[in-house]
Formats: sequence, C-alpha cells, structure tokens
Amino acid sequence: MKPAVAFACGVLFALGLGISGMLLPAKVLGFLDFFGSWDPTLLGVMCAAIPIYLLAWTWRHGRPSRWGSLVPARANHGLDGRLVLGASLFGAGWGLTGVCPGPAVTNLAAPSAFTLTVFCSILAGVALSFLVPARGQTLAKRRSQSNITPATSAHETQNTA
Amino acid sequence: MGMALLGGALIGLAAAGLLVLTGKTAGVSGIVDGVLRGERGEWAWKACFLLGLVSGGLLLAWRMPSALPHAPPRAWPWVIAGGLLVGFGARLGGGCTSGHGVCGIGRGSLRGLVGTVVFIAAGAAAVLLLARLA
Repeated sequence: MKPAVAFACGVLFALGLGISGMLLPAKVLGFLDFFGSWDPTLLGVMCAAIPIYLLAWTWRHGRPSRWGSLVPARANHGLDGRLVLGASLFGAGWGLTGVCPGPAVTNLAAPSAFTLTVFCSILAGVALSFLVPARGQTLAKRRSQSNITPATSAHETQNTA
Repeated sequence: MGMALLGGALIGLAAAGLLVLTGKTAGVSGIVDGVLRGERGEWAWKACFLLGLVSGGLLLAWRMPSALPHAPPRAWPWVIAGGLLVGFGARLGGGCTSGHGVCGIGRGSLRGLVGTVVFIAAGAAAVLLLARLA
C-alpha cells in the first residue's frame, strides 16, 4: 500500500505545484525579487500548506501511521553550519533558475531543453553531494556503513528536517 | 493569491497524507537522493512518489498547460549553475523548499525555519545580484 499512497500523494503534490504557479520560474523569481518588482502571491503556498501539515503533525506525531512506520515523535531542532551553508547554496541556485526539486521533477511532464537541463543539473548536484562525508565520518566509513545498515546511516538522520 | 492558496492547500494535503498514512516526509530532494542511491527499503515508495509527481505534471499538461514552463528564465550557464547549486545545497542542508519549508516548519522545527529563512534570503540575494549585473 505504501508505494500506492506515495504515488497518489505525488500526483496531488504536483497538482498543487501547478495550480499555485510554483512550476513557473518567472513567477518564482518574481517572488524572490524583494528589492525590485516583488510578486508576493507565492507566499500563499506556505500560508496554506503549513497550517494543514501542522494540524496533521499535531494530531498524529509519535503514533503509528496507517500503512508504514511510526510518524516521528519529535521534530529536529538541531542547527549546524551545514544547514546554513547548504540552505545558502540551495537558495542561491533557486534564485538563478527559479526551479526547486519538486517542480524540476514535475516539469519532466513537459520535456524541453530547459526542463531537461534543470533536472539533469539538479541530479548532478545531488550526486556531487555524495562526495561530502557525513558529519563526523570519513568517506570510507560512511560507504561501508551504508552498505550494511542503510536505515541507521547518518544520511537517514540528516533527512528528517 | 487565490490560486496560490488553493495550490498550497493541495501541497499541504499531499504532504500531510504521506505523513499520516506512511509516516514519511515529503521532502523532494531527500526522495530524489534516496532513489539515486538505490536506498534499500525506501526505494519503492520514493520512486512511486516521483512517478506521481510526473503523472500529476502530465495531468497539468493536459488540462492546464499554462502551468508548465517553456523557456529558460536566464542564460544557460546560470540555469546549469543554478541547478547544480540547488541539488548540492539541498542535500548539504538536509532539505529543500518542501522538506524545510513545508514539512519542517509544519512540525514546528527550528531547523526547518532557519533553513527556509536562509534559502529565501539567499535566493533574494541572487536575484538582486543578477539584476545589478544585467
């Protein structure tokens, strides 16, 4: 059931991206243009999405999910240099292309030189991040660990925002 | 603003649905990362989520083609450099717009909030800088 639920959620997520205007780089760049001709409409996306997610989280956190693992009990509040550096690089890239990962995947439905180039560059960027060792680990240690116990690798803990 | 709110509500419902029904986080960069690595035990649902995104995109292309982009917003070198930074930065920072901005903040995570404030500020800085260069 889990893959089917994930598929359905992916479809709904993509429709939300499309209806809101998040798939259009010009719209996104207008939202980021605070000091020029700022277009605040995309603020509406977070204003609607966050309260809905917050309700679901408040209701179910720390409890079993219907078809999968436990809904995490706690949020990750840890701050570190990697978060700030990574978010800075991500944001700078977002301001260059106007495309973040969700739209990059969704836009594959309309293949063009632009959508394919953005998607492949993002994939290459993700692949490049494999070269960075996880915190407190050497690359070799990380590789051997991810081969044995992928569920407990540092990568997994890094995933939970 | 109405369409953005409606779209945002769908995004919130999709991410909340994934959380409540499977216990998983709808962070797209983390999902792409897992699929690319061939992450054992997680690969199937992650691949299906991405397949769902593309399928939703096909529905949009059919009923609402104006929702999808056609031309690049900037010259190609910027587009390619931007894509590389988006992919690399999202993984280094442990999340992107969906993971930090919706699922992180949406669970009251300080990490998600800081990540979101930083990437919006960096995005605004990039847009400002390029406007000055042009």
